[in-house]
Amino acid sequence: MQIAARHLDKITIFDISGDIDLATSPALRKALLRELRELKMPRVVLNLGAVRYIDSSGVASLVEGLKASRDVGSRFILFGLNRTIREVLQLSKLLKIFEICENEEQSVAP
Amino acid sequence: MLCVVRNALGELAAKLGFSEPECRAVVLAVDEALTNIIRHAYLGDAERPIEASFRRINVPRDGKSGDALEIVLEDRGVTANPKKMCGRALEDVRPGGLGLHFIRESMDTVEFSRRWGRNQLRLVKFLHVQRPEKGS
Repeated sequence: MQIAARHLDKITIFDISGDIDLATSPALRKALLRELRELKMPRVVLNLGAVRYIDSSGVASLVEGLKASRDVGSRFILFGLNRTIREVLQLSKLLKIFEICENEEQSVAP
Repeated sequence: MLCVVRNALGELAAKLGFSEPECRAVVLAVDEALTNIIRHAYLGDAERPIEASFRRINVPRDGKSGDALEIVLEDRGVTANPKKMCGRALEDVRPGGLGLHFIRESMDTVEFSRRWGRNQLRLVKFLHVQRPEKGS
């Protein structure tokens, strides 16, 4: 998995690629919590368009990000969900709790 | 190494005739099972051995017999606590505890046993489509 961060005004956009699994999810979790809890960014956006696979530890990292965003009053947005990610989030019954956008333009819109 | 297993298993499942969503389900289940072994049986040590066998079996189903993929994973880690193997209520939105739920949702049979100092997890996925032509 690779994570690259971009900043757009007061928005952090993470471009994530590869597999989010047991080995890589701690890095995702760390990056999300830093941006939300330490830097208190008002909006954190995850571009998941290049993610090939996500397991339960990856979903757990997303849930942690969501909870942190609620704690600090930020928005936590996902976009670029492919079929694999949608299936896994559907399976966990968590698809509806996330704010999901169709594309980056929507996710950074005021 | 998990990604190597995922790629190989995905190809195997496709070769056996599983649909794309079924292949993804099998891969997810086995990946989650291996993750659970590393985390719980081997207490986070990813270098300990896990034996895996994959075979096509014929099982009685609905008064007929049908093909299925049987996967058996064995480890020599600590005994799993059955009380901790019940997953969790999905209404409870929190990280963790999803792996077992994914395994149960993805596979038709999930059986755990402990024998000769080993944990054994047997997973079965029924094949719903016709087997591919020989040589294809």
